Amino acid sequence: MAELYRRFGSGLGTLFLALVAVWLAGMVLAPNLMMIDYAFRPNLLPAEIGGPRDVYSLDNILYLANESVHRTIFFKTVWASALVAFLTLVVCYPPAYWLAQRATPNHTAVVLLALTIPFWINEVLRTLAWYILLAFRGPLNAVLLALGIIDQPMRWYGDAGVLAGMVYAYILFMLFPIYNAIESLDRSQIEAARDLGASIWRTHWRVVIPHAKAGIATGCVFTFMLAAGSYVAPALLGAPGSRWFTEIIYNWFFEGGDWNRGAAYALVLLVLCLTVVLVTLRIARVNLTDVAK
Amino acid sequence: MSQSVELHHIGMAFGQTRAVSDVSFTVGGGEFFSILGPSGCGKTTILRMTAGFLEPTEGTILIGGRDMRGLGPDQRPTAMIFQSLALFPLMPVWENIAFGLEARGVAKRTRKAKAEELLKLVALEGLGNRMPGELSGGQRQRVAIARALAVEPQVLLLDEPLSALDLKLRQRMRAELRALQKRTGVTFIYITHDQSEALAMSDRVAVMSAGVLQQVGAPRELYDNPATPFVARFVGETNAIPGKVTAIDDGIATIESAYGPLRGRAGNGLSVSMAAKLYVRPEALEQRPDGDGYLRAAIERIDFEGAFALAHGRLPDGSMLIASIPSTELAGAPSIGAPADFSFRPANAVVLSDG
Amino acid sequence: MNAADRIARGLFAFYFVAFFVYLFAPLAIMAAATFNTSRFPTITPWQGTTLDWFNQLAADTGMWQSLRTSILVAFFVVAVALPIGTAAALMLTSLHARARSFLYAVMVSPLLTPGVVVGISTLVLWRQLGVGGGIFLIVLAQASFIICYVMLMVAARLQRFDRTQEEAAIGLGASKFMMFRRVMLPFLKPALIAAAFLAVLQSIENYNTTLFVRGFDTPLTVYIATKVRTGLTPAVNALALIMIAVTIIGAIVYEVVRRRSRSSIDV
Repeated sequence: MAELYRRFGSGLGTLFLALVAVWLAGMVLAPNLMMIDYAFRPNLLPAEIGGPRDVYSLDNILYLANESVHRTIFFKTVWASALVAFLTLVVCYPPAYWLAQRATPNHTAVVLLALTIPFWINEVLRTLAWYILLAFRGPLNAVLLALGIIDQPMRWYGDAGVLAGMVYAYILFMLFPIYNAIESLDRSQIEAARDLGASIWRTHWRVVIPHAKAGIATGCVFTFMLAAGSYVAPALLGAPGSRWFTEIIYNWFFEGGDWNRGAAYALVLLVLCLTVVLVTLRIARVNLTDVAK
Repeated sequence: MSQSVELHHIGMAFGQTRAVSDVSFTVGGGEFFSILGPSGCGKTTILRMTAGFLEPTEGTILIGGRDMRGLGPDQRPTAMIFQSLALFPLMPVWENIAFGLEARGVAKRTRKAKAEELLKLVALEGLGNRMPGELSGGQRQRVAIARALAVEPQVLLLDEPLSALDLKLRQRMRAELRALQKRTGVTFIYITHDQSEALAMSDRVAVMSAGVLQQVGAPRELYDNPATPFVARFVGETNAIPGKVTAIDDGIATIESAYGPLRGRAGNGLSVSMAAKLYVRPEALEQRPDGDGYLRAAIERIDFEGAFALAHGRLPDGSMLIASIPSTELAGAPSIGAPADFSFRPANAVVLSDG
Repeated sequence: MNAADRIARGLFAFYFVAFFVYLFAPLAIMAAATFNTSRFPTITPWQGTTLDWFNQLAADTGMWQSLRTSILVAFFVVAVALPIGTAAALMLTSLHARARSFLYAVMVSPLLTPGVVVGISTLVLWRQLGVGGGIFLIVLAQASFIICYVMLMVAARLQRFDRTQEEAAIGLGASKFMMFRRVMLPFLKPALIAAAFLAVLQSIENYNTTLFVRGFDTPLTVYIATKVRTGLTPAVNALALIMIAVTIIGAIVYEVVRRRSRSSIDV
């Protein structure tokens, strides 16, 4: 902090310090602490607050553990989010590689700009596009029927729709980190591997992917976090049988009227995401400093 | 007449590391003074303490007789030229030059006039509206100088400002800097690790090593009379021949070396039976086997450098000897592989104690 | 090149085409459905071409109200995020390695927090203080993570800042404030403009966080999502089409600004 004051003097230095303190303490730390406080208190009538029943307990979290429907949905959200991350990785790796290593600089610039366009259009509209595409009497069924691939229209809303919409929504969060990582790979390494007789597949497996590990980890972490915390895709593209954990949280807040339980569920989601993030980064030996670029 | 700078017992420690220990010297008003030393010797630290970016942990700095303690860089009669020049890339040249005046609340019209005047001084007339990025290296150099001079400093502090330029330009800028200093009469304190730069430009030079001041003197004095082994080695090329002092007579010391007795002027604090080295410059070696002592070396190669050639020979115990031969006398140079005898006048060599 | 490589290359070319179809076909279909007379937005079957849905959209007062809300929120988010993000970046560059990486981790943590959690935590804190959902909370919740983006962009630009310029300015007699205003801010300007753009887009597109803190205010994304469930007509597609056009222009402008900031001269 001394350096901050030395550089900017006491007036500006204090101003900067105050601004950052307002943000980190007031807008990040305090809300999360309050959410934790809520999570460990029972949902009480206003009259009972401060009374004998107003004590900290694990009840709200245990409720999630014991309520089989919610528990199932929680675990489904976890593995489905992991699946989204994996599918997004599979979809994004080839174009990321092409952009980073094979395309001319001009191509790269144009394609990257084109790729950002769906990204700039908001998540609700991106999901709406899939809502229209996947409708029972929508274009996808019409095309498949016309091609004779199916003879009855399919119901796409549900798990399949949610997966498709999420993969679509998070492509950019996967593509850019991988692209950045592969771009720093010296092309002569790939050529050397090919020259030594490695097949395309082996070259990727042994040279490119290890080099891009940090980017892949970053992309997966972000995609997982976004998928697990998404509300719009399951709300629009889901079916009654494909509920997402965030929908349960929403219901506690705005339909069940039990904010404490909702806060407990949100806390579980936060802990899950942070755990996945930190463990994945640790496994891939990526520094948190390199994650956000 | 511009102001003098006095350093009294200056010391600086960064945590456990000592950057500067007990340095004292006085720079006269209007003097071109250089501080010479390898990187990490503490010379930049001294400059930054003089400018006020650092406060020394020990000692006092006086500028124009006034104690500078507690005064920030904006309150001292100094201006600094940075190694990177630190021109403001998003301001046109004239705003760069007039920045110090802007900080002092000078009206825009006056600032502009002053900038024009300075542009003329550094021969950049008409370039005031260019951006720094559009100038050549030498031009940017001059903008930096003009910007520093605009605040009419008593002392100009220059931190290796020529190091980024190529050799030809550097040589031209040396002459320009020197001329500018004479014309303005401002005291210059110039930092460099390039000994030829320091010798060519300065009235006096301070040589530093590892945070310790080695010697202060005019360029000739440093070259001819190095006070310490470090100065002898760092300023110009030299041959160092180890031995033991056997006699000191009328300012001339004799050492017993592996090649017999050799004589040279005795350095400060030298006494009989000390371990010492005799330092003799390549150009002081003459190819004639007489005098007070001689060195026989097998010539390994001769590097032609233009005005002179350097003969690299090996002494009997395997150490190297370098002798300079003027190009005009190359005809009489020893042939490669053959032994040659070199001698020197005691007045052209100096004996300094080790340690 | 052997046969296996040729097959791999052919497969890859096919994949690349498929990738772009996957990327753009849904948007194209959504845009095209605007011009179909069908009450449910679709392109199959094509029941007739019309521009009427634009009129319907223009007459939709709820939509206009929500657009106003979104723009208002975005304006305040920029007003909050730009100064704080800049201060955070300046603070980061004033720290030594160990403290810097710790503070950095703290500062990017909102990016790694699920959007719904950001909304919920803001909501519960402010309910405790007696403040309900609404524009104020939307701004706070969105800004809490949009500041991260601003901080990252400003910090990236600061890395290329020659710190001796600060000393040069001070040495020439400038006050710290003048140094900041005349030397640093002009240098940061391209990054600040780009960050403001990004903040506006992030704010307007946000749904997951906004949903929890909106109270009785309805920003555009919430309005669209509600429409989808309560009575979707191609008027929403008309809105989507307009937003696609606007975002394409926005993306291009952003890209131009970013490139200019990247190529601007550093001395």
